[in-house]
Amino acid sequence: MKQTKKRSPILSQLLMPLLALLVLVIFNLIRDPGFFSVELAANNNGDPVLRGNLISILNGASELAILAMGMTLVTAASGGQDISVGALAAIAGSMFVKVLRAGAGITPLTVVLGFLACCAVAMAFGAFNGTLVSVFHIQPMIATLILYTCGRSIAYWINGGATPTVDSPIISAIGSFIPGVPIPTPILIVILMGVIFSLVFRFTTLSLYTQTVGINQGAARLNGINAVGMKLLAFIILGVCCAVSGVIGVSRLSLINHETLLLDIEMDAILAVAIGGNSLGGGKFNMVGSILGAYAIQALTITLYAMKVPSTNIKAYKAVVIILIVAVGSPVVKQAFHRLWSRLTNGQPAGKAGKEVSA
Amino acid sequence: MENGVVLSMRNIGKSFPGVKALQHVDFTLRKGEIHALMGENGAGKSTLIKVLTGVYPKDEGEIYIDGVKDAITIRSPQEAQAYGISTVYQEITLCPNLTVAENMYIGRGKGIGVNWKEMERKAGALLSSLGIPARPRQQLGSCSLAVQQMVAIARAVDIDCKVLILDEPTSSLDDKEVAMLFRLMRDLKARGVGIIFVTHFLEQVYEVSDRITVLRNGELVCEYEVDKLPQVKLVAMMMGKELEGLDVIKKTKAGGEKAGKPYYEAEGLSSTASRPFDFHIAQGEVNGFTGLLGSGRSESVRAIFGADRVTGGKVRVNGKPVRITKPIEAMKNGIGYLPEDRKRDGIIADLSVRDNIILALQVMKGFFHPFSKAEAEKFADEYIKALEIKTASKDTPIKSLSGGNQQKVILARWLLTHPQYLILDEPTRGIDVGTKTEIQKLVLKMAEDGMCVTFISSEIEEMLRTCSRLIVMRDRNIVGELKGEELTQDHVMYTIAGGGN
Repeated sequence: MKQTKKRSPILSQLLMPLLALLVLVIFNLIRDPGFFSVELAANNNGDPVLRGNLISILNGASELAILAMGMTLVTAASGGQDISVGALAAIAGSMFVKVLRAGAGITPLTVVLGFLACCAVAMAFGAFNGTLVSVFHIQPMIATLILYTCGRSIAYWINGGATPTVDSPIISAIGSFIPGVPIPTPILIVILMGVIFSLVFRFTTLSLYTQTVGINQGAARLNGINAVGMKLLAFIILGVCCAVSGVIGVSRLSLINHETLLLDIEMDAILAVAIGGNSLGGGKFNMVGSILGAYAIQALTITLYAMKVPSTNIKAYKAVVIILIVAVGSPVVKQAFHRLWSRLTNGQPAGKAGKEVSA
Repeated sequence: MENGVVLSMRNIGKSFPGVKALQHVDFTLRKGEIHALMGENGAGKSTLIKVLTGVYPKDEGEIYIDGVKDAITIRSPQEAQAYGISTVYQEITLCPNLTVAENMYIGRGKGIGVNWKEMERKAGALLSSLGIPARPRQQLGSCSLAVQQMVAIARAVDIDCKVLILDEPTSSLDDKEVAMLFRLMRDLKARGVGIIFVTHFLEQVYEVSDRITVLRNGELVCEYEVDKLPQVKLVAMMMGKELEGLDVIKKTKAGGEKAGKPYYEAEGLSSTASRPFDFHIAQGEVNGFTGLLGSGRSESVRAIFGADRVTGGKVRVNGKPVRITKPIEAMKNGIGYLPEDRKRDGIIADLSVRDNIILALQVMKGFFHPFSKAEAEKFADEYIKALEIKTASKDTPIKSLSGGNQQKVILARWLLTHPQYLILDEPTRGIDVGTKTEIQKLVLKMAEDGMCVTFISSEIEEMLRTCSRLIVMRDRNIVGELKGEELTQDHVMYTIAGGGN
């Protein structure tokens, strides 16, 4: 039997999001060589802050990247998507503001309490979605359609229909910059979330169980895995991600607008998972891919802004680019590309080229 | 091409990443011949069939077919069909919600209009000429599996077929249905159709075939007329070694009889799928459930493992009363279960061989205690070597392994948990003779080391070879228990059939 060297499957999965980012980077560099230059400037308070398109992309994609992490897990475990993440983030954000305004003033303690409260609420709603999916076997998109429909109304009730502001240095430190730290705080929060997820993957079997349940639920059960519990857990984790995104979103503006907070972000989150090379049918997943996908989407948006595309037209342009990304990533094009590559390298038909290494 | 030859494949070669699946294989099929294609799992049978039907492009070699002077290139199953090569696969690939006639003619009309009357008349004529007991207007799904298979064959034959490939057609049929299928095969043979018959069942090969070609490790071993190749020699050819006979196994069987104290005892155990039954197994014992398909044998062991919802009964493990209602509770009590349907309940298709091996042990170790990569690799290496699992690497997804090797991976998964009591439901189904004997030997060796094993198999000889006690089931009830002198094929048959004594 002849052994061969193969390309790492993980690398080939990341190919698409990396390619998408690369194309965007090259396109922007050609258009404007200084596009990605980053400068250190002082803000209104005299603190040093980093500025530039690169920072805008990384900063602006924070909520999306965090939601994409949770969405990856839900997709892998349940083979479906949660379309209520935007609404749930609005609920969490409203809860956060409500707790902050309940006390006399905004102190670090009330912020922590507010965060815990909104996490608890988001986890409860996540568990609601998860129960519908795992116990009642409702398709994820239908199950989460309920919260998608009513979520922003619930957010409206929480603050009695008002859009109250929460003005405080602590909130602006979460939403923009911590004094003395030039990197926008949302970027740091994404890094923190990434670290937390990698620690969870390192010290629990979450990844193995989630994939097992997503691939073959029956077999997972026969191997002693609590399949219902794993799906539920995925939705609860996504709930936490919604809470974190909601808090970031509120802190950016120092107010809660339940109608517009993270509006339409659910589709971008699903798209990020798809661009990341993950099957939307569940099973194996790669969270790094989804995060890269989130940044690719944001890079595209910023590029379009930089090209002075009117904001009403941006969605149409985005759609065109998404068609391209999805088509390039489709198996048909991939195979054709692979065949072409083989022919170029040593003139042999695909599937044979460069395969036999040892005799 | 010599006279009477309908298909000739010469010097066929095909490689996949990491594996030479076929090397220099010749295959010749004559008119009106049933030609068995034999070999162990991974011998290259399926690859050869797929090359012939245009599913895979061949890397080298030529294919000639009767009526065409030059070597032909087959690029797709449609092209194969145009050359008169039709295939009926193991899994039925028709539409159960359409009628028999529709299934026979679907996708073959030239225009968009259909003459329903004409179609049904033609279907009826063909069915009755082939002696297939189905009516044209009957829904296909309402026919038995065997009849569905025969309809698939009728469809294939009607497309002016010179070469008919039957890939494991009998694996889900009972004896009566097999006989029916064989009648149809002989009938087609008489009409001059060349039939390639792929199967694992030795007896069936000898019953119906004229000629046997044996492949091993992707190479041609031999081609024989069937009466010149005794069964023992065939098995030896397939395995590539002289058969270290089944006698060796029989001798060790005595080991299974010196049973220790009971390990598992159940009283009135029942689940949503099985009726209440009593059962016990002692340390170092190998026993088995036998009975026809649907007799409740699989449902009984599923109840023991808690695979279906347990509805009642008392269970003792090692003398202590325990509750087993879920698989994880059974696993914690030292019980392992290799399920009957490997594809549906066993493998995690997209995960690597390594992850598939460590899965059960990992679950027992717990959510917060994952194995390090090094530990997992060590386990995987150990069992890939011990069970001789053929895989390109331990990172290969299990779905790309052959059936027998997938089964070995699942077996490795349970052996790794070091169970005290292992339940094996049809561990040898769809597996070649060599692996079969290996698994049987392994079972007996484990029993010698004090493990108890419950073994289920559709092949009675296999059960007699391994088990020291057989529980016989009929219509979801236990109807007898055989041991010692009673363990003969006749006796088991008699009890299954309900002779009673």
